[in-house]
Amino acid sequence: MKELVGRPYHELRPRLGKDFSVRELVDAYLENIERLDGQVRAYLTVTADRARAQAQELDDRLARREPLPPLAGMPVAVKDNLCTRGVRTTCGSRILEPFVPPYDATAVQRLREAGAVLLGKTNLDEFAMGSSTENSGFFSTRNPWRLDHVPGGSSGGSAAAVAAGEALAALGSDTGGSIRQPASLCGVVGLKPTYGRVSRYGLVAFASSLDQIGPLSLDVRDCALVLQAISGHDPHDSTSVDLPVPDVVASLEAGVRGLRVGVPVEFFGEGLHPGVRQAVLEAVRVLEGLGARVEEVALPTLEYALPTYYLIACAEASSNLARYDGVAYGYRSPGAHDLYTLYARTRAEGFGPEVKRRIMLGTFALSEGYYEGFYKKAQQVRTLVRRDFDRCFQRVDVLATPTSPVAGFRLGERTADPLQMYLADVYTIPVNLAGLPGISVPCGFVDGLPVGLQLVGRPFEEATVLRVAYAYEQATEWHRHRCPLLRG
Amino acid sequence: MDYEIVIGLEIHVQLLTQSKMFCGCSTRFGAPPNTQTCPVCLGLPGSLPVINRRAVELGLRAALALNCTVHPTSQFHRKNYYYPDLPKNYQISQYQYLEHPPLATDGYLDIEVDGQRRRVRIRRVHLEEDTGRLVHPPEGAVSWVDYNRSGVPLMEIVTYPDLRSPLEARAFLLKLRQVLQYAEVSTGRMEEGTLRCDANVSLRRPGEPLGIRTEVKNMNSIRSVERALAYEVARQREVLERGGAVVQETRHWDERRGITFASRSKEEAEDYRYFPEPDLVPVEVTPEWLEEVRRTLPELPDARRDRIMAQYGLGRYDAELLVQTRATADFFEAAVAAHPSPKAIANWMVGDLAAYLNEHNLEIEQLRITPGQLAELVRLVEDGTISGRIAKDVLVEVLETGDSPRRIVDRRGWVQIADEGALRETVEAVIRDHPEPVRDVQAGKEKAIAFLVGQVMRRTQGRANPALVQRLLRERLGLPPQG
Repeated sequence: MKELVGRPYHELRPRLGKDFSVRELVDAYLENIERLDGQVRAYLTVTADRARAQAQELDDRLARREPLPPLAGMPVAVKDNLCTRGVRTTCGSRILEPFVPPYDATAVQRLREAGAVLLGKTNLDEFAMGSSTENSGFFSTRNPWRLDHVPGGSSGGSAAAVAAGEALAALGSDTGGSIRQPASLCGVVGLKPTYGRVSRYGLVAFASSLDQIGPLSLDVRDCALVLQAISGHDPHDSTSVDLPVPDVVASLEAGVRGLRVGVPVEFFGEGLHPGVRQAVLEAVRVLEGLGARVEEVALPTLEYALPTYYLIACAEASSNLARYDGVAYGYRSPGAHDLYTLYARTRAEGFGPEVKRRIMLGTFALSEGYYEGFYKKAQQVRTLVRRDFDRCFQRVDVLATPTSPVAGFRLGERTADPLQMYLADVYTIPVNLAGLPGISVPCGFVDGLPVGLQLVGRPFEEATVLRVAYAYEQATEWHRHRCPLLRG
Repeated sequence: MDYEIVIGLEIHVQLLTQSKMFCGCSTRFGAPPNTQTCPVCLGLPGSLPVINRRAVELGLRAALALNCTVHPTSQFHRKNYYYPDLPKNYQISQYQYLEHPPLATDGYLDIEVDGQRRRVRIRRVHLEEDTGRLVHPPEGAVSWVDYNRSGVPLMEIVTYPDLRSPLEARAFLLKLRQVLQYAEVSTGRMEEGTLRCDANVSLRRPGEPLGIRTEVKNMNSIRSVERALAYEVARQREVLERGGAVVQETRHWDERRGITFASRSKEEAEDYRYFPEPDLVPVEVTPEWLEEVRRTLPELPDARRDRIMAQYGLGRYDAELLVQTRATADFFEAAVAAHPSPKAIANWMVGDLAAYLNEHNLEIEQLRITPGQLAELVRLVEDGTISGRIAKDVLVEVLETGDSPRRIVDRRGWVQIADEGALRETVEAVIRDHPEPVRDVQAGKEKAIAFLVGQVMRRTQGRANPALVQRLLRERLGLPPQG
């Protein structure tokens, strides 16, 4: 049943229960995990028994000719910062190594209700802080396209799992590019929905005003299917928006004729790898060829986005991560005999260096005397970034940019220089600051490494973003490429 | 020249909601530890708060009752500090940022002390969540945390430093409690912790800027607030008169020893790193919502007192007592509605009934007597069925049995003797048995007649109509009718 692996769900679905069972599909994926994950290391936890039991249940329903939900039998992976009831949820951190949540994240619950089968929990940069998955408290994940390269991050485990055929689709979280950038580096599709489109309930918070859950998949249609399942208002998340969820699958084929595509000049300047630049501009020409109207637009605040992001994200993180104190759950340093030592040792031993760095940055930015100059100022700049996008979207319907300035980098290449690492997200971060929907779709290769095209839309216009991505995908072959590891 | 006392209060009030501030857990007090918890109030990773609309509504009721300006948009903030009873290590609260105001600001409450009316300004009213509770078993080196209280809705009320004596602080708290109870916002019981009060106190020479203040904590009754403040004022006065300087610090009230003492921990400059809570959207209070809350707010104590004085012709003292609690005022007005004798009903309430409540430490709503029964009792006295003396016994029996006054009177045979024939025999007997007082009366010492009346009452176990007895005695002894 090896031929089942690496094919998009929408191709498999009509054959489900005829050519193969859910159990066979799930087993094929579990076998592929068995075969490849020793090299890729995408998973922190594999839930094989649960997955087989769930597959059996779905096969039983098939046998009883019950109607099946939209994602029935889809073998999925979930980033390990999404709570899964009864399944360890570590956030890639030693401090949460023993933590088993008593509840499911809303997105996880909706995915299960839609029939998806959970294969396991994927690796990430600790608390989603990083762009290479090298900040995981446990181990680094490899890029399946080239094992000495990073898969991107922080949802590197999810992206690598999809690229290596270790999951048909996956959930990730995106605070500054953590879905789109690893999708780009691993040659898969990754979507960050509009802030508020998908409930954050059960997503372990990094930066609450920026975090958003989204799908990673082999192609745009699968991406739309997963998004459809997890979207919509959740009474447990006040920031999830009570808007009707349009049918994003049905509108995929509407085409791009007459649609206006903006190319923000600032995204093609210094720091962009020429090969990536060429691939992305070629992709824009493909859209033009499909009938889209392309024009240049300006996002002059781009240069402020990165510092603004790091102030806001770190400030929120410093407060969000305060709860890991060894008192009620998670890691507790042994041998602390007073309260202060318990706090200090637990956190010193439980958190990795990048997390500590950001907690310190954020604590500083919120401190008395600095709040006005840092946190408050950053919020003001954030408003300006948002206005920049608003202005663009008065003229165009979507923006097309590179997802990442480079196709990829080697393990260890940037770990010594945090600023170099932060630059990996320079094109994705502004989208989070403005809360907009953004997708990365494969658009070529540089030196054998995949390149991603980022498409950004107006708030809650995921349908438009997906429609453009789909039109592009259908006109090209990039999404059909599979990494050599999977083919071999 | 003496010092002027300057006091400001910070009051935490537990709101009368069924569920917690940001989750659906019950707020019921006294459940076994950690049985009223969920991922949200335990601060588990990934959980998110959702504002309890009812808590906001109660906050609005209080804000209106305290004459505050309600902000159409207010914001929750995170107050960051580490403590084991605070599971997230930040408390969701509201902070005084101009661009993100708390629920309501700038109100006032009028109090009266020694007949002087004083207006105490309210700085702000805001909402927040309570913490859990640490339990330190006497033996062993461990502490436990009970999160049942974690996330229970609290309202914080902060006054301006407008209070000028411990007595005024006490009057303010009594008045605040009364208003909150009227508005059904809180039970407001310091003894049960549903109302907690910290006080800032300083001294200055009149006209000078504010002196260094201390914050006094750990007072668990209104009485102890007054005592703690009196102690702290005396302590600061002594420090200043010695030429010393008051140290800005937090001091704990020791109820048993009757002193305040500086907290052991060295006072660090706390930086709570407030910032807007990104997990919550701002609280929007539409004019319609506010109007709805205003419409459902009951008549407040001052207004009710004034109306009761005007409507029923009662004095200020009685009216003040009758509006002490909403239940008392409701009882009074219900009784008057059943039998329109406001003065008599008020007398019973501020007299015998109040005494009974005091003696048994009860609230009026715990009594077995109904307003209708009190009305009936008053009617029985007024129509001469029973004497006022007997009525007191009837009342006690109503309070103890819950039976109706009429049935008690009938059962006990306490109907007043108004039959002249029956009474005349007793009058004759008394005159026969007490020749001395009779002679005194006939010699012009009219006062002695009271003794004879009393004797008749005694022989009839108080059931005789005293006016009738008086008349019969005077006729028999040849005195002119009274008056």
